[in-house]
Amino acid sequence: MSSQNDQQSPPTATALPIHIQGLTKRYGSMYALDTVDLEVKSGEFLTLLGPSGSGKTTLLMAIAGFNRPDAGSIRFGDDEVILTPPHRRNVGMVFQSYALFPHMTVAENVAFPLKLRGIDAAEAAERVAAALDTVQLGHLGEREIDQLSGGQRQRVALARAFVFKPRILLMDEPLSALDKKLREQMQIELKHLHEQLGVTTVYVTHDQREALTMSDRIAVINHGRLAQIGTPREIYNQPANAFVADFIGESTVLPLERDSAGRLCFADQVISEATAEKVGEYSLVMRPERLFVTDGERNDSDQSIVFSGVVREFVFQGETAFALMSISDQYEIAFRFSTDANSSQNILRPGDPVSLGLNRSDLIIIPREDNA
Amino acid sequence: MTASTANNRQIQGLNEEALRVQGIGEQRMLLSLATPALLAVVAVVFIPVGWLFYLSFVGADGQFSLEHYAKMIEYKSYARTFVTTFQVSILTTLICILIGYPLAYFLAMLPARVAGFFMLAVLLPFWTSLLVRTYAWLVLLQKKGILNDFAMSIGLWETPLKLVHNMTGTLIGMAHIMLPFLVLPLYGSMRKIDRDLMQAAANLGASPAQAFRQVYFPLSLSGMVAGSLIVFVLCLGFYVTPAVLGGGRVVMVSTQITAILENQYDWGAASALGVVLLVATLVILFAATRLLKLDTALFGKH
Repeated sequence: MSSQNDQQSPPTATALPIHIQGLTKRYGSMYALDTVDLEVKSGEFLTLLGPSGSGKTTLLMAIAGFNRPDAGSIRFGDDEVILTPPHRRNVGMVFQSYALFPHMTVAENVAFPLKLRGIDAAEAAERVAAALDTVQLGHLGEREIDQLSGGQRQRVALARAFVFKPRILLMDEPLSALDKKLREQMQIELKHLHEQLGVTTVYVTHDQREALTMSDRIAVINHGRLAQIGTPREIYNQPANAFVADFIGESTVLPLERDSAGRLCFADQVISEATAEKVGEYSLVMRPERLFVTDGERNDSDQSIVFSGVVREFVFQGETAFALMSISDQYEIAFRFSTDANSSQNILRPGDPVSLGLNRSDLIIIPREDNA
Repeated sequence: MTASTANNRQIQGLNEEALRVQGIGEQRMLLSLATPALLAVVAVVFIPVGWLFYLSFVGADGQFSLEHYAKMIEYKSYARTFVTTFQVSILTTLICILIGYPLAYFLAMLPARVAGFFMLAVLLPFWTSLLVRTYAWLVLLQKKGILNDFAMSIGLWETPLKLVHNMTGTLIGMAHIMLPFLVLPLYGSMRKIDRDLMQAAANLGASPAQAFRQVYFPLSLSGMVAGSLIVFVLCLGFYVTPAVLGGGRVVMVSTQITAILENQYDWGAASALGVVLLVATLVILFAATRLLKLDTALFGKH
């Protein structure tokens, strides 16, 4: 998938945008999808990210045509497809279980969609070979499915999903059955493949790191609704609400109060002056790795703010160390720093006093939701 | 240096013998659990069958003789019996497939709990005596039976149809009794077909009919072949239903054997018939397994 000529080869398929409006799916009184509006741009890699039961798979299945929504519109380009049966939607899909046909060889599996489209045998064989080469399985065409490893099956499923040049590619947690190393390798390969094919891709995962690694944009889904949509950086650096802040990356959330001037404060520190005109309550979100240990003096400069407390926990985790600092036994702030072999100064013992600094540009302020 | 190597060698063989003995002991335990069943199989299958096999080669004078087998070739009625037996068995199997496949498919499509309820309907007849079920069909199908009376009263036909004491009645009764033996293995193999496969087929552009023909049917084939073989082999030696519903007109090997024993008390002739049926069944089973392997080659492994 990452051969040298990748960059030169033009996109093999014309990509199509997907317009989703007011999509609603109920199971009894439970809303699996609650009037979801979503625009997937032509050719982009969009990830639907959410915990299990959030509705992300329901949304993907609705795009593929495998479940019937109660209301809403799904358009591929200009074509309304909400009533189109799955076999006429012409979208490629990679299933979580791979769903390879066990009674066919690798090549027969990949040729299946071509045969159904009446493509003659010679051209079909050529395209099957090309697709298998793209996923680096050119030599395994005659194998039976049960002779393949998990990673190889995954690649066959992928080849079968794009061999008929669909303009939209859907993937339902395709890497979840692979072990960690292979999964991380496949994430990069899938990203390259997407660049090479140029096809609009909707990818479902519950793994936030996977979403951050692969996506052009991420749509975070919770309780059948869109919690936030944006680029990985936007989602990580400016989470819109407590759910997104908590679900993506690690975070510490502290409640903010207003002083007499209406500024947002934590304890007696002014966190933000700019939100004075906003009404309502807010919380402060801090990423553990953005905090840094500072030399004790609590002096809030213009660039950074400083919290002081005592170490509660310290855990060595390999590439980083993770620690908790407790502020007057009331709040706990998680922080993380990179390790080295002889970092004696980085070994903190529970009970040690410690001060943590945070650049003002790393401050994240979100509206407080008590029911989040 | 040498001391540590010697020490290592000692550690390498540590408890080796004791662990080996323990392993063998466990295997013997397992074998002893299977012993009663193995003895029972020898006592109730191999010994009587061997005895019958021996009897079939003993002539009227008590000497070794092929006279019973010669008779089978000599008299046309024996050949006819075998033809009838295979005819009934093949037709019953085909009827069971025609009725059973859609039924198993229907059950496999239902949620497991609902399917369990419907499965009761399939299994219910199993809990009733075979004889009762067979005579129930006699009541339903005979000349002045319920079916004929009803059909004539609403004017479907005018004179009573001959539905029993012939091939028709035998096939109706046999198919009814054999149906579960086909449906159970078929349903099992259908349940194992991943539903994602049908979704994948649709996603790749297959209409429901194409997805069924190219994906579902080939994958259900192994269960269908297994069920068909069970039904076919059970039919070959079936006695009660052909005897009652065939009314003496459908003479199968089993009915023939009874007749020989009741009328002539000729154990040798009866045994010879049994042996030929057994051999024929084994030949068919062997051929079928070969054919099955051919199927796996044609449709791939599953």
